[in-house]
Amino acid sequence: MTTPNKVEETLGGAIVHNLPFPRDLDDAALAGLKQMSPLQVEQRYCITYLHSYGQDSPWFAALTNRVLLGSRDPASGYTYANPRGHDMATGQPTDWVVLPDQGRVHAFTVCHFGSEEFLPECPYVLALIEFEGVDTLFLTRLVGVDPAAASLGWIGMRVQARYLRNAKLRPTDVYFMPAIHE
Amino acid sequence: MRPVYAISGGVSKFAKARPDKTFQAVVKEAYDYAIHDIGLDFPRFTELVDGSVASYFSDHFARQLMAAIMVQDYLGLCPKPSHRVEGGGATGGICFQEAWKNVASGHMDICVAYGFETMSHVETWKGNEFIALASDVSFDYPVGGFYSGYYAMMVTRHMHEFGTTVEQLAAVSVKNHHNALHNPYAQKRNKLTIADVRAAPMVAWPLTRLDICVMSDGAAACILCSEEGLRRLEAAGAQIARPLVRVSGVGRGTDAMRMADRPHADYDAFMRLYATEQERGSDETRAYYRRLWEHGARYPGVHSFRAGRTAGNMAYKQAGIADPLHELDFVELHDAYTSSEIQTYEDLGLCLYGEGGPFAASGQAFLPQLDYGLDLPAAPVCPVNPSGGLIACGHPVGATGLMQGVFAIWQLQGTVGQHFGDAALQIEDARRGAIHSHAGTGTYVTVTVLEREGGAS
Repeated sequence: MTTPNKVEETLGGAIVHNLPFPRDLDDAALAGLKQMSPLQVEQRYCITYLHSYGQDSPWFAALTNRVLLGSRDPASGYTYANPRGHDMATGQPTDWVVLPDQGRVHAFTVCHFGSEEFLPECPYVLALIEFEGVDTLFLTRLVGVDPAAASLGWIGMRVQARYLRNAKLRPTDVYFMPAIHE
Repeated sequence: MRPVYAISGGVSKFAKARPDKTFQAVVKEAYDYAIHDIGLDFPRFTELVDGSVASYFSDHFARQLMAAIMVQDYLGLCPKPSHRVEGGGATGGICFQEAWKNVASGHMDICVAYGFETMSHVETWKGNEFIALASDVSFDYPVGGFYSGYYAMMVTRHMHEFGTTVEQLAAVSVKNHHNALHNPYAQKRNKLTIADVRAAPMVAWPLTRLDICVMSDGAAACILCSEEGLRRLEAAGAQIARPLVRVSGVGRGTDAMRMADRPHADYDAFMRLYATEQERGSDETRAYYRRLWEHGARYPGVHSFRAGRTAGNMAYKQAGIADPLHELDFVELHDAYTSSEIQTYEDLGLCLYGEGGPFAASGQAFLPQLDYGLDLPAAPVCPVNPSGGLIACGHPVGATGLMQGVFAIWQLQGTVGQHFGDAALQIEDARRGAIHSHAGTGTYVTVTVLEREGGAS
């Protein structure tokens, strides 16, 4: 094996030659470098994470079976619409409970802009859902309303849980639509 | 705890992008300004300062882990002690308070708090994604993570509960942008009307682009010291403005990351756990709240900030403030959204819970010396965001809470005219003010009271 005598040239990324630069590097020329415009280069950063849902995993498994779970403190009965392994007040492990299929819109918005990941989906409707007998809310997508006709009248609307047939193990495996029957 | 004085500060010009300098060099602009304002040169101050606290929010924006140590070494502060703090949008406010702790505890006599953010290195929608990663990545972010969306949901509930209007929200935008016309450090300096705000592109209904702060590059720094620190600085030739500005109240609160998980407390729990001293002591207020709860209101729900109320109550107690509206001469608060300014009026006790909307449009939070082109029914009482706030100054996250500290120091020193080259924003005889820094959907909130030595008004 021969010892390389130079770094191999490559064709990737930005390639530049002889950017404008003073030929004679005297004091004036070196001082003049402070006037140089900034050089900006692209730096890519892309990571795939292996994310664990940990103790919340049954919640996602339930969605694949068209079931929406919540968490309940066995002592106080305080019920969370989101999974929560331990109760905030007692510190004790919670029990899984099945949430109602229907709830009401507590608050909402129509996103006309968003994070890069969701830009193609704009406009989309986010809503917080309240359930009878449940003490906290649930963030979800609201489908079946006209994003161009947003109205405070949507608050209090009865909505029905719907599930993706092709579940993705994401919280969007469940979404809500206006309930047909009150 | 020992008395702590906030003696000087500096801010870089907040801008959409600062490609001309790296983050270290942008921090140095603010740092140098703070040093020179007390008449010291760089080597002399380096000799005297005991250590620092550094503040920036996102490793994603910087694409550089441990960026703070790169600032520390650029400023020539190695090997003095330092640490970086991070708490979302409240990072700067936390940094200020950690510097206070360093001095108040006796750990340091002179401490510099510096912070920065360089948000221009990614496109706006990618920046929104980074910010949204400061929401639960299992349950909130994947649903459509977008902070403007989260805040817009709070607004719709606030409107539903209390009748708050979009025009009341817009009044905040008009006020803060107009104030910034006189602040050369601000990024957006515009004279707007209510109609302008409502006609701006819709971002998350009902919030338009002019209801929301922008992303920025920028830095800020504050110098805090003890009495011994003062003596050392002045013995070295520092010229420190008198009367001194003292940190008189420090409070911090927290709340659940998922706003859906927040409680909906009943009247008794609210009065016991969250009501201000003034609210507890007033028959009229208690009766008002009884009626509110009878009509279904709860606290904090998704439309109020329990962390902010906790921080405010804590800071007010330490500072001996019972009636914030009349005992504070100004507040610099975290108005990332016009709606969050309105919500924060309520949680800082500037008005009653539920009355933030009418309060915003009343004129009580406006500066008396400016003409906003609005029909304001009440006289100014306690100007809020006289600098222009986040909405107009910009929000380079790690710098923002420190920027508030710098502007508060200048208000209390009476030196706004000197630093801005325009005295229009100077509050006459400002003796006591509060700065308020806020993270996430209200997850970490800091409130710090500063006052001029010689007594508050």
